[in-house]
Amino acid sequence: MAGITPSATVGPFFLFGLVPSTYGGEDVITNNLVTPDASGEKIRIEGRVLDGDSAPIPDAMLEIWQADAAGRYAHPADARALPNAAFKGFGRSPTDSEGRYAFDTIKPGAVPGPNGRMQAPHIAVNLFSRGVLKQMVSRIYFSDEAANAADPVLDLVPPARRATLIARREERDGAPVYRLDFKLQGDDETVFFEA
Amino acid sequence: MTMLFPPQSAKVHPAYDYAGYRSAAKRSPKQPLVILPHTLSELTGPVYGHESVRPGDDDLTTGHAGDPLGERIIVHGHVLDEAARLVPNTLIEIWQCNAAGRYVHVVDQHPAPLDPNFTGAGRVVTDDKGYYRFTTIKPGAYPWRNHPNAWRPAHIHLSLFGHSFLSRLVTQMYFPGDPLFAFDPIYNSVTDENARARMVSSFDLENTVPEWALAYRFDIVLRGRNATPMEH
Repeated sequence: MAGITPSATVGPFFLFGLVPSTYGGEDVITNNLVTPDASGEKIRIEGRVLDGDSAPIPDAMLEIWQADAAGRYAHPADARALPNAAFKGFGRSPTDSEGRYAFDTIKPGAVPGPNGRMQAPHIAVNLFSRGVLKQMVSRIYFSDEAANAADPVLDLVPPARRATLIARREERDGAPVYRLDFKLQGDDETVFFEA
Repeated sequence: MTMLFPPQSAKVHPAYDYAGYRSAAKRSPKQPLVILPHTLSELTGPVYGHESVRPGDDDLTTGHAGDPLGERIIVHGHVLDEAARLVPNTLIEIWQCNAAGRYVHVVDQHPAPLDPNFTGAGRVVTDDKGYYRFTTIKPGAYPWRNHPNAWRPAHIHLSLFGHSFLSRLVTQMYFPGDPLFAFDPIYNSVTDENARARMVSSFDLENTVPEWALAYRFDIVLRGRNATPMEH
């Protein structure tokens, strides 16, 4: 077995490399996951990334990975995936000067979990930033999902901290917006996982 | 608990709260991490292959009016997983500063010149044998304000996806024998000596292009499933 290559921080200057449109290039990965063929409820997810002093972090980046509305991942390891579906399920949002991120996507369906249990609809998150030596792993759940109560991963999280993973549904101009802040440290610190 | 990727492999990564890296002080979690089982959500991941790149994306020295200043180099190697399986058709995103040690990023205040012929961003996809190769110029060292008289060793940032959410890696590739290694907290935040060595490329005379470019080899090892298959 070869050892793996260690992680290093993205540093403060990643924007032109990972979101090249900010410097006149072309993005392969954007914060809009919605494709013309995607069925399901169109949603917006937004919030802020904050440090241990609750100050906004302007040089962070979130990546999200999710199933489609039917709970299928666009990946060969998910045999249920529709091979011709355009919905990719992956997005990337840098934070702005106020620490804000945003994604336009489709609300994912429930997906299989360990031991035959289903997982509540959720989105996997990798968070990168200056000051973060290895991506921080988290999840986004949805406040209007009764299935959260039986989710096998939320089950592993101390009950008092579960709210840090649950995006709150709001309506804005008749459209659903889910809000969730990521607090890297301190009071209401977001739950991060060791994967 | 289902852990199909060996969790111990990830122990070589830096600790979030590594004391020498000042920016980590307010950005590292204090609460214990929750161990995440490897569910379908972690065992899958985005697939970005050949459709993600265009001709020329793998040459950071082109695309401008003229040639960039600096030492032209070729960086190449294989992407594999920890069980030595090659990772074909996977996207690598690349970014770096110029030969003078200045990033094009607007926040970079280092008083070194920008190069109108160098942006420093590129993309390359591994071929069906897991091999990649890109052309660039050797980045310079540059000062930063982590501690008095702090300088980063020359490095190239690399971002990889691999086969799953768990194999996602952002790292920095260094150049052999850099005298700044001993003083760099980001390099030293990887505390295992052998693991640190895996972030350092090797000079590759055999693959230099005479009269044109020097070459460095850099193999990248991503997390992968246990070598001993437990299913199928």
